[in-house]
Amino acid sequence: MIPLLRSEWTKFRTVRGWVAGSIAAVLLTVGVGLLGAAGTVRSCDGPQGDVCPVTPIGPGGQAVNDRFSYYHQALPGDGSITVRVAGLSGVITYPPPDHDEIVAGVVPWAKVGLMVKRDLRQGSAYTAVMVTGEHGTRVQDDFVGDLAAGGDRWLRLTRTGGTLKGESSPDGRSWDVIVEKPFPGPALIGLFAASPCDVTLSQGTLGGTIGACRLTNVTGKFEDVAVEGASGTWAHDDVGGETGAPPLSVGSARQWGSTVQLTGSGDVGPAGMEGGAVLERTLTGASIGLIAVIVVGVLYVTAEYRRGLIGATLAASPGRSGVLLAKAAVVGTVTFAGGLVAAAVAVPVGIRLMRDRNNDIAPVTALTEVRVIVGTAALLAVTAVLALALGAIFRRSAAAVITAIVLVLLPQILATASVIPSSAAEWLLRVTPAAGFAIQQSIPAYPQVEDYYIPALGYYPLPPLGGFAVMCAYAAVALAAAIVLLRRRDA
Amino acid sequence: MGWADIPRTSYPKTAPPRDAGAEGATLGFRSMDVTVTGLRKRFGPTQALDDMTFTVRPGVVTGFVGPNGAGKSTTMRIVVGLDRPDEGSALVGGVAYTSMKRPLTHVGALLDASALQPSRTARNHLLWLAQSQGLGARRVDEVLGQVGLATAARRRAGGYSLGMRQRLGLAAALLGDPPVLLFDEPFNGLDPEGIAWIRGLLRSLAAGGRAVLVSSHLMSELQDVAGHLIVAGRGRVVADRAVDDLIAAASDGRVTLRTTAREEAMEALARAGATVTVTGGDAVTVAGLSGAETVAALTAAAVPFAEVSAHRATLEEAYMELTRESVEFR
Repeated sequence: MIPLLRSEWTKFRTVRGWVAGSIAAVLLTVGVGLLGAAGTVRSCDGPQGDVCPVTPIGPGGQAVNDRFSYYHQALPGDGSITVRVAGLSGVITYPPPDHDEIVAGVVPWAKVGLMVKRDLRQGSAYTAVMVTGEHGTRVQDDFVGDLAAGGDRWLRLTRTGGTLKGESSPDGRSWDVIVEKPFPGPALIGLFAASPCDVTLSQGTLGGTIGACRLTNVTGKFEDVAVEGASGTWAHDDVGGETGAPPLSVGSARQWGSTVQLTGSGDVGPAGMEGGAVLERTLTGASIGLIAVIVVGVLYVTAEYRRGLIGATLAASPGRSGVLLAKAAVVGTVTFAGGLVAAAVAVPVGIRLMRDRNNDIAPVTALTEVRVIVGTAALLAVTAVLALALGAIFRRSAAAVITAIVLVLLPQILATASVIPSSAAEWLLRVTPAAGFAIQQSIPAYPQVEDYYIPALGYYPLPPLGGFAVMCAYAAVALAAAIVLLRRRDA
Repeated sequence: MGWADIPRTSYPKTAPPRDAGAEGATLGFRSMDVTVTGLRKRFGPTQALDDMTFTVRPGVVTGFVGPNGAGKSTTMRIVVGLDRPDEGSALVGGVAYTSMKRPLTHVGALLDASALQPSRTARNHLLWLAQSQGLGARRVDEVLGQVGLATAARRRAGGYSLGMRQRLGLAAALLGDPPVLLFDEPFNGLDPEGIAWIRGLLRSLAAGGRAVLVSSHLMSELQDVAGHLIVAGRGRVVADRAVDDLIAAASDGRVTLRTTAREEAMEALARAGATVTVTGGDAVTVAGLSGAETVAALTAAAVPFAEVSAHRATLEEAYMELTRESVEFR
């Protein structure tokens, strides 16, 4: 195998067109990506001029939504709060199908319950136990944590010696611990209510998807409210509340005896892609670079057929399969290296360009950033191998290039350009090699947040590695088929 | 480039490394036969090979002749594993080519000299071939010198003339210094000097104990080179004989006569019962009379003549004689 690898590498590097094509793939990926980044301008003209609101950042470093109605006391040390959630009611403005009236109703992810939060700043740490509109009783913390916890309506949060314990009970007598975690230091303790907007997606008559997010609120009725160890002084705040907000979104609290009625709007959770421009926006050039990669991958094998050189190649390696494997290794490695350089340049430079244009960049962990960059290189490399295999199957450049583009690029463009229904787009991104583009998605879709999780907005139906695996499977099957055909056919 | 500065064929003192089990201290390699047995191959409606059977022996240049479409190229492609026969087998030294680990060190083949990536230099073309066999760049430079392409080695092969491509193809065949060489139409596109050079190369390869199979559709190209001839037609062997035998048979009993009085000579000889054919301005070939009888008949009729000699057929004549009966050669 080593002699074959050396041989195929010599073949590759000694044809100027292929080397130029590989360099072109890098330049296109960087150039088009940076053009896109430079064209991403954010403008927030308001009463205070062009000042954009700052997206809150959670304890985990990600952009978050943190807007809710909070009825709270100070909690300097140990203490507890116990309630029974007696009921949820609310208002949904202009819901489907006709979107023509304001109705009573509770959205699935409306949340009312108990929360211990560091302070009133958006993005500060919290732990909450809650009853939701349709998703039962849950534990959520620090914006991304989410756990189903049955359906009990009695809730309790207790802090003892810096450890916070959440419990639920069907009757207020026997309690199950549903969360236990350290939460030391001064904090607030109390009741909260939040109701995210009502997300609807509809198909535009001229193609495209129309998303709408209509204001809702929720009112939680809490009975048997019992607080111990806290300051004893109640206060109500709309965390993240804005001046001039519509009345329905403004929270309020009423208390009589041990009963509290708390109304609120908004959401407490990860921000998704409205949390800023996404990292992968700097890598849109990869789709264009991909064309050069496909052409090089195809020509690397079809040129031998066109020139009759395949005879010399196969006479030198009558085992045949090794030739294609060596070719795949060479074109895959070259493309991966080029893709890595391209992505490693495009991402930081592109982010810089976007920041200069007033954009917040949705923060991601270093690991995610590395995954997106290395994943883009891998995406290009696997596409090169797929193109090579198609070239060996068809033995004709044009047919192989067209097939590769139809398999990889066309579904990606159709699905993300919002020209077909989202369901069809999602289907395409599950079953075609374009599923591999999922590896570029930096912000995941969170099940606990209702959002526009559609390909047109950058959400892929498969997880990053899952989508990439689909693409790899295509490349592997194509390469296996190419090897079988190469061995079976006369050269 | 001129042909005059072509170096004489020479082989490196040290043969490149070979697979274990090679023997033959005198030649530096083990001589090998090529044995083709009962090959059949059909391409769609065309029966390209129909029981092709022959053996190529070491130490002699074997000419492989026949009209276009006789199956010469297909046979060679099957020997090096490019095409798969429907039936039959082709073995090199008793082994199937496709089972060889470094096949180019056993069999060198020039099948299609135009098979080149035009933008790649000649040296790089040979380099990837060499590397695929575990050979190094030094061997590449050796064969480039051997075929007279050393000075043009770093030029793009796309700019090569047909003759230079043939030389590059020969270099590729010689790369592994193999004991078996197959050349398909190596004379194509060569000028007379190039043809003479290849003849010398073929002779020296055979003299070194190699089995050399050279296909051609023009018999004259093989004149004075081939020691053995395999004549193919319609996918099978029509004749498989030593060239000396063939020429002797074709020359059998004929006399060449040179005379300025051709008409009178032909009349006199016809009267004596000979069959006379004009072969040149003052030359005729006489069949049916011995040399002495020819001289007697001409003297009796007082016809002057310059020369009477036993006829030695050319390879082409021998070939024509051999294939006269076969429709496929018309």
